[in-house]
Amino acid sequence: MVSFLLRRIGVMLVTALCLTFIVFYLTNLPAKLDTLAKTQAGSRISDAEVASWLERNGYNRPMLLRYGEWLGVAPGWTREDPDGSTTGRCHRLAGVTDPAAAPTHCGLFQGYWGNSTRFRAPVSDVIGARLGATGLLMMWVLIVMVPMALIVGVLAGMREGSRTDRTLSTFAIASTATPEYVSGVVFIALLASSTIGLSPLLVSWGWIDGPVLFQGNARSALEKITFWNFALPVMTIALYGMGYIARITRASMTEVMTQQYIRTARLKGVSFANIVLRHALRNALIAPFTVIMLQIPWLLNGVVIVEVLFSYPGFGWTLFEAAANNDIELLLAASVVAVLVVLVTQLISDIGYVWLNPRIRIS
Amino acid sequence: MTDPLGWLDILSRLFIQLWPVWAGLIVMFTVSITYKRRLGLYGKLFDSVVGMIGFALVMFWVFAALFADMIITHDPLAQFSGMRNAAPGTPLRDPAGGYEFFLLGGDALARDVFSRMVMGAREVLRIAPFAAMISFMIGISLGLPAGYIGGKLDTGLTFVANLVLAFPVILLFFLLVAPEIQNTAIPRVMAGILFLMPVLFFTVLLNARFFTQPMKRNLYVGAVLVVGLWAYTGLAFNADPLGVWGMSPNLLNVFVAVVFVNAPTVFRIVRGITMDIKTRDYVAAAQTRGEGPWYIMLWEILPNARGPLIVDFCLRIGYTTILLGTLGFFGLGVAPESPDWGSTINQGRRLLTVYPHAALAPALALMSLVLGLNLLADGLREESLKD
Repeated sequence: MVSFLLRRIGVMLVTALCLTFIVFYLTNLPAKLDTLAKTQAGSRISDAEVASWLERNGYNRPMLLRYGEWLGVAPGWTREDPDGSTTGRCHRLAGVTDPAAAPTHCGLFQGYWGNSTRFRAPVSDVIGARLGATGLLMMWVLIVMVPMALIVGVLAGMREGSRTDRTLSTFAIASTATPEYVSGVVFIALLASSTIGLSPLLVSWGWIDGPVLFQGNARSALEKITFWNFALPVMTIALYGMGYIARITRASMTEVMTQQYIRTARLKGVSFANIVLRHALRNALIAPFTVIMLQIPWLLNGVVIVEVLFSYPGFGWTLFEAAANNDIELLLAASVVAVLVVLVTQLISDIGYVWLNPRIRIS
Repeated sequence: MTDPLGWLDILSRLFIQLWPVWAGLIVMFTVSITYKRRLGLYGKLFDSVVGMIGFALVMFWVFAALFADMIITHDPLAQFSGMRNAAPGTPLRDPAGGYEFFLLGGDALARDVFSRMVMGAREVLRIAPFAAMISFMIGISLGLPAGYIGGKLDTGLTFVANLVLAFPVILLFFLLVAPEIQNTAIPRVMAGILFLMPVLFFTVLLNARFFTQPMKRNLYVGAVLVVGLWAYTGLAFNADPLGVWGMSPNLLNVFVAVVFVNAPTVFRIVRGITMDIKTRDYVAAAQTRGEGPWYIMLWEILPNARGPLIVDFCLRIGYTTILLGTLGFFGLGVAPESPDWGSTINQGRRLLTVYPHAALAPALALMSLVLGLNLLADGLREESLKD
C-alpha cells in the first residue's frame, strides 16, 4: 500500500510538472507576449519598442529558464539600469525598495504568483477570493447531484428491465445529452424570464411577489446565497453531471443484483427492501465512488460555462476572463489550480477504490 | 401587411417546410424495416424502440443538413429591416417575393433564426462525425499495440494519454484555440501528426492482410497511399495541388483541439478491450499459425472489439457535438457570422430573459441531436448484447 501510494504520488508530480510546462509554453508564446507588451505599454508602439519592453521585463530569455524562474527553482532575473539602480523579477514581485533585500528565488514555490493585468491585483488574492465562491457553488452542486444520481441509479438498477428502470434510464440519458449551456438557456427562458415561461403566469395568478420565479443572474449570490439566486446555476451543473453517475450506479447495481449472495438472501426469505439496503447497496457503491471523484474535475467545464452564463464571479469566470484578456500570470495560476484539483481527485479516487475494495486491498 | 402567425400556424408551416426531411425519413425507415433481417446489427436496431427513436432523431438532423438549401426560408446571413428580435411567426415588412414570415423569429441582428438553425446542423455535422472518426483511428492505432504488446510502449503511451486526460478540457480549449495560436506552427504540426494516423492505419491494415499476395497488396496499399497522402497534404498543410481538400486555419484549429481531447479516451477503451481479447483462444490459434502481430491486432482482435467500439463511436459523436457547442459558446475558433449552434446560443444569451427564442432554438436542436445519438448508442448496445 505504501509503495503504491509513493508510486502514484511520484507519477502525479511528474504529470504536474509536464502539464505546467505545457501551459507555460502555450501562454508564453511570442505572439501572446507581443499582445501583452501592447496592452501594457500602449497599443500603438512599434516592433522595436515591443522588443525593448520585453527585454526590460525579462521576457526575452530562454523559455526553460523562465519556466524555472516562474516555478522558483532558478534565480529571478536582475538588471542594472544605466542610472545605476538595479531592478529584477524578485525585486518587483516582493515590492521592496532595497534591491539587496529582495530574495534571489521568487516563483510558485516561494509563494510569488505574480500580478493580474486584468484585475490589477496580486494573483494569489484574486484566485483565493474566486476559489471560495466556486467552492460554495461546487458544494451545493455535489449536495444536490450525488444523492439524486445515486437514488436514480439504485432505483433503476435494482429491478433490471422494469418500467421504473426504463423511465429512469431514459431520464439519465437525456440528462447526459443536455450540456450546461443548453439546460442553462432552457432554465432561464422557462423560469427566469419576465416575459415568457412560467414567471409571468405565476405573477398573474399572484403566486409570487417578484417579477420572476428564479433569478437568471447569480451575482447577488456573492453577498448572500438564497434559493432564489442560486438554484438555477446549481441545477444546471448538477443535471449534466448526474446522468453519468446514475448510469454507472445502475450498471454496478444490476451487476450486484445478479450475484449469488443476493439470491441466497432472497431464498432465505429476506425482504426485497432489506436486500437492497443491507446487502446490495454497499457493494454497488464502490464503482460510483471513483466516478464521483473523477467527476469533480469534469465539473470544472460546467463551472466555467455556468459562471459565465449566470455572471457569477467565481474561479471559472476568472479563468474565462484571464483567457479572454490575455492575462498570462492569472491564467497560469488558474491552470495550476485546475491541474492540481484534477490530479488530487484522481489520487483520492485511486486510493479510495483500493481502500473500499477488499479484493484489491489484500492482494 | 399580414398578421403574425399563431403557434399552430407556425408548427404546421415548419412541418411543411421540413418536407424533404420527412420524405427522407419515411423512405429510410420503410426500406430498413422491410429488409431488417438481412442488415446485421443495423437491422436489429429496428427491433428496439429506443434505438429507433434515437436513429430517427439523428437522421432527422442528417437529412436537415443534407437538404438545408431546400429547407431554409431565408439566407442565414442576410439581415432584414424591422426584424430585429422579432417574435416567432412575425411577417416580413417587405418579402420581395421570398418567404413571408420569420417562422422562429429573428435574432439580435435581424437574421432568420429558423434558417440559421438548419444551416447550423450542416456546420455541426460536417465536423463532429469526421472528428470522431479521426479520434477513433488514432485511438485504435495506438491502443491496439499498447494493449497487445504491452511493456515500455504501453507505459509510455498510457502516461501520455493520462497527461492529456488530466488537462481540464476547457483550459485546453482556451489555450489551444486562440487567434495567437493559429498564427504559430502548433496547429499545423499537431494536424501533421494527427492526420498521418489514418493513412498509416489503412496502410498497415491492408498490408497485414494482403502481404502474401503482392499484386493485390500493391494495388490496395498504393491506392490508399495516393488518396490518403493527397488528402493529407491538403488537410494538414493546405498544400493540395488540385485544391480539393482544404481547411481554413480556424476550422483546422478547432478540429485539432477536438481530436486531441477525444483520442486519449478512445485509446484507453481500445487498450482495455485489447488486453481482454488477447487472452482468447482464437488469438492463440493465430499466434500458433505464425501470423504477424499487426495481422492479429487488426484482423483478429479489432473485429471482435467492434460492438463496444460502435456504441462508443455514437456517444463520441454526441460528445464532440457538445464540445463544438462549448467552443462556439465561448466564441473560440469560429467565424464571426457562423450559424453553428454554439455561437448562436452565445449571441442569443445576452437578451435571453427578454427574447429567448434566438438562443432556445439552437439549444433545443443541439440537445435533440445529442439525445438521438445517445439513444442510438443505447439501442445498439442492447441489441449487440443479445447475440
